[in-house]
Amino acid sequence: MLNGSTFIRRELLIRIVRAFDSGSLESEIDQIPVKLRPKNEPSSRCCVYHDRAILKYRLMALLGISVEEEIDETKPLSAYYAEKAWTAEGEAAKPKTPLSVCGPACSGCPDARVVSTQNCRGCFARPCVYNCPKKAIEVVDGHSVIDQKLCIKCGKCIAACPYNAIVKTTVPCEEACPVGAIKKNELGVAEIDFEKCIFCGKCFNACPFAAVMERSQLVDVLAAMKRGEKLVAMIAPAAEKQFPGKIEQLLTACAKAGFSDVMEVALGAEKTTAHETAEFIERMEKNPNTFMTTSCCPAWVNLAWKHLPDLVEHVSLTPSPMVYAREIVKEKDPSAKTVFIGPCVAKRSEARRKDVDYVLSFEELGAILAGRKIDVIACEPWPVARPADPTARNYARSCGVTDAVLAEATAKIPGFKLNAKQINGIDKKTCTMIKLHASGKIPVNFLEVMACPGGCQNGPCSLVK
Amino acid sequence: MEKVKVEICCGTACYLLGAANMMDIEDKLPAEWSGKVEIEAKPCLELCERENLGGAPYVRINDTEVMAQATPDKLLTRIGELLGGAA
Ligand code: SF4
Ligand code: SF4
Ligand code: FES
Repeated sequence: MLNGSTFIRRELLIRIVRAFDSGSLESEIDQIPVKLRPKNEPSSRCCVYHDRAILKYRLMALLGISVEEEIDETKPLSAYYAEKAWTAEGEAAKPKTPLSVCGPACSGCPDARVVSTQNCRGCFARPCVYNCPKKAIEVVDGHSVIDQKLCIKCGKCIAACPYNAIVKTTVPCEEACPVGAIKKNELGVAEIDFEKCIFCGKCFNACPFAAVMERSQLVDVLAAMKRGEKLVAMIAPAAEKQFPGKIEQLLTACAKAGFSDVMEVALGAEKTTAHETAEFIERMEKNPNTFMTTSCCPAWVNLAWKHLPDLVEHVSLTPSPMVYAREIVKEKDPSAKTVFIGPCVAKRSEARRKDVDYVLSFEELGAILAGRKIDVIACEPWPVARPADPTARNYARSCGVTDAVLAEATAKIPGFKLNAKQINGIDKKTCTMIKLHASGKIPVNFLEVMACPGGCQNGPCSLVK
Repeated sequence: MEKVKVEICCGTACYLLGAANMMDIEDKLPAEWSGKVEIEAKPCLELCERENLGGAPYVRINDTEVMAQATPDKLLTRIGELLGGAA
């Protein structure tokens, strides 16, 4: 969904592409914050100067630089840009952590609390007082007051009050994080513990101040194109309905934008289906009482590795569609570089491990198309050798992988039974559910886990949800 | 007015900056407007370059009027005004 912060990020992205293409990014980039927030015009925060300071950090993240690593506050964006342009290749092109928290943008939201508001009428029945299991509520001067030392934030009073007088305020990022990786530090500014972070991107979507930012590889891709490198666009199955027009038109748009070749990652998903099904059948033959989980969602794989070590052996070893797509590209042309284009933050971490050269979000691809004046609906469909299998395109939806594996298995073994369950979105609750599976208390043999509710189509960086 | 012609810019810039939310506007038209509103998705209307990006998404109404920073609500209100008493 579009909101103020998404709008500004997209506007910045398009401006970067336009300035890059006209060869003036280095000379223009320091002026962008001022141009966007001229004096005497409305500001989004306290004043235009605060806005400009944060725009500078946003641009830093869009150049792929971590805001946390800023050492010299006086260093202008143009200096960062000049440095980066020389080292676009290799390690430098791959940010170690895909996310960065912009301290000056973080509002240091007050700790989660349940509080009574002006709506309280100090009524006679006082259902809040009677329903509080901890006797934390008292009515003082005709108004309910909650003793924060006693309150356990159970929310019973919230449900009890007919005037909606009691509300719960939260720290949105902390609330959204399934693994407790983002916390306010001693300065009251949010910080991500990257040892714990699974890169699900939930905090990125949750923060109303857009303080959590993605470290972009947009300029790396633009620079590589300019150097004349062969970059192949690998479009994730979640691209369906993200842009106007059909996927085949989007492929043409990518080719026009300067990619040397284009393909659907769904072609890789076909291979994942075949191998994952074979792996599943083999595992079941060895031990019919065990279970296997899917492996295509990188945030889920990160979750298993970092937080659920007992489950790791159950995670399928089959590579993800992105990895197979890369293989297909490299078989055709070993010198080509690969660019995964999708809706996912965690894919950035998987790409690093699996030698995919760059990852762009749909938004970043959109910025390239917008900057280069390419309209998807005005493009002819790309002449694909053959369209990807519909089950493979369905990987972007919850149940998609399950359906694909089931179809493949029944084709091989008639009457094949899959005792499948889906974890449709990772949050604190479903994390507990997943742990129950590890203990073998829930009788399933195939567990599909997707970090985003509904699947990748609702990924943190999808354009339309 | 008898009929209103609405051209929603689906150029990539406008799409990213908000037109994506207007793609289903046809479904939101009140039944009594049926036949009176013609909606079309258009490639770049060339306003994002000439005017500015901050004005996107752009919608063109009846060939001459340009709506900047269009939203589904703004658009529906304007169509209603143009249809006047007829609606
Ligand atoms: S949601 Fe988290 S990151 Fe965003 S402003 Fe609040 S504390 Fe900071
Ligand atoms: S990306 Fe996910 S796991 Fe990492 S800090 Fe944000 S919400 Fe937590
Ligand atoms: S994309 Fe809408 S005016 Fe250019």
